[in-house]
Amino acid sequence: MALEDLLKTPCEWLKGTGPDNDIVMSSRIRLARNLNGYPFSTKLTKDEEKAIIEEVHEASLASPFIKDAMFLLSEDLTDLDKQFLLERHLISLDHASKQSGAVCLTKNETISIMVLEEDHLRTQVLSSGFDLHKCWETINKVDTQMEEKLSFAFHNTLGYLTACPTNVGTGLRASCMMHLPSLVLSKQIAKVMQALIKLNIAARGLYGEGTEASGNFFQFSNQVTLGQNEEEIIDNFERVIKQIIENEREARKTLTDKKQERFFDQIWRALGVLKSARLINSKEATSLLSMVRLGVDCGVIQGLERENLNELLIFCQPAHLQKMTHRNLSSSERDKERAHLIRKTLRSVEIS
Amino acid sequence: MLCNVCGLEEATIHLTEIINTKMVELHLCEQCAYEKGTDVKQYFNFSELLEGLSEAGEMLKSPSEKKEAVRCKGCGISFDDFGKSGRLGCPECYQTFSKQLLPLIKRIHRATQHVGKKPSKISGEVKFHMELRELHERLRKLVEQEAFEDAAKVRDLIKQLEDRAKKGTEKHGS
Ligand SMILES: [Zn+2]
Ligand SMILES: [Zn+2]
Repeated sequence: MALEDLLKTPCEWLKGTGPDNDIVMSSRIRLARNLNGYPFSTKLTKDEEKAIIEEVHEASLASPFIKDAMFLLSEDLTDLDKQFLLERHLISLDHASKQSGAVCLTKNETISIMVLEEDHLRTQVLSSGFDLHKCWETINKVDTQMEEKLSFAFHNTLGYLTACPTNVGTGLRASCMMHLPSLVLSKQIAKVMQALIKLNIAARGLYGEGTEASGNFFQFSNQVTLGQNEEEIIDNFERVIKQIIENEREARKTLTDKKQERFFDQIWRALGVLKSARLINSKEATSLLSMVRLGVDCGVIQGLERENLNELLIFCQPAHLQKMTHRNLSSSERDKERAHLIRKTLRSVEIS
Repeated sequence: MLCNVCGLEEATIHLTEIINTKMVELHLCEQCAYEKGTDVKQYFNFSELLEGLSEAGEMLKSPSEKKEAVRCKGCGISFDDFGKSGRLGCPECYQTFSKQLLPLIKRIHRATQHVGKKPSKISGEVKFHMELRELHERLRKLVEQEAFEDAAKVRDLIKQLEDRAKKGTEKHGS
């Protein structure tokens, strides 16, 4: 199976299914694991790198969950491929920038294992909508199956050992990708973030660590990995996310009830620009699509499915545009292709 | 106070975190927090930002330890190397630098004891001790929450486990 085949299916985090998917785009859990008998990723020799990739590959073939998964070596991937996988949230920015390593990923894109990221294994399970427990159930099984073949570095009191002490213990990071336009519009987002800091929850941009939030999309994740078991970590995190969902819903209601004129103006203007632009960069497109999405969610814009918007959101990204057109595009060529794609998709949506 | 990132706007979001061995304070305006997130670690790359940050975390290192520069037998790094990169070199580092790492881990996680999943391969004895510690931890939390009925159940479990272990060793002894 070629990487391009992934283009034919909607990627998991933009599927638009699952609980509360109007606000929580996707849920994700990842586990950090390292193999016994090797130093951590930054200290490996070339031979050791190869040996680890080989060990993980073999273990994956023995795991019923991932035996049919693609196993891609970083050295065989072009920069465009890596960018493409990054845009689909299947690898991290850190992993995309590396020469050595591998990624194991299932065809439905729900399970992926990055090999030789900061830790030897970074296993992740993605699910559309707000469904962390489903992610945990799956990843727990995958991890147990991998463990049958692999020996993970584990300490009697500290638990699973990781390259950075911020991940030690369970090695578990739960995260939710959220669309919070109303909290941004009503200027409450800073207050929310400040409150989250006290609860040890970090906010990041659309593409994870080191990236900027754009188009009102935020990625939240737990910081504490030690001293609570996996379920406790997930339950506590879930409770906070539920509260943010509530806040966003309230903010949407206030905007629709009390500030309707100004609010609707912003939504229709966003649609107007998207329907007429001849050149548009991905940052502008993402933030305008976010407004249109809000308009659809609030019932202001009719005749447009959230599904189409999700598709636009991903296909407006640079690597996806190029994979789709089968061409290497310069940045200005991309702006033109992007604008064209958006106009085509939104053609039948009427401005009333 | 002005935002540490753009230096233009009033900072309304205030973060404190221990990064490596330093206590880092970060003050962000709304826009920068929104655009770049509130994960202090990702600001760690901005070296210019780190200047002028308070160094209250220095207390985590005692002067004598600084001079010695112990190196990890497993990978050869010193604790200073860890301070610079933020990454340990190998699993053994946790042992080698435990004196410096444990206070740090406690600040980050507010705990120093793993509870939760463990590899199925670890020995029965290790597993027994971990389970026991976990139950004690659960007991402590339940007592704290004044859930005494549940606490009593956990206390029984602990007793059962200990009794079983005692019998086990007696059997081995005879
Ligand atoms: Zn600022
Ligand atoms: Zn070491």
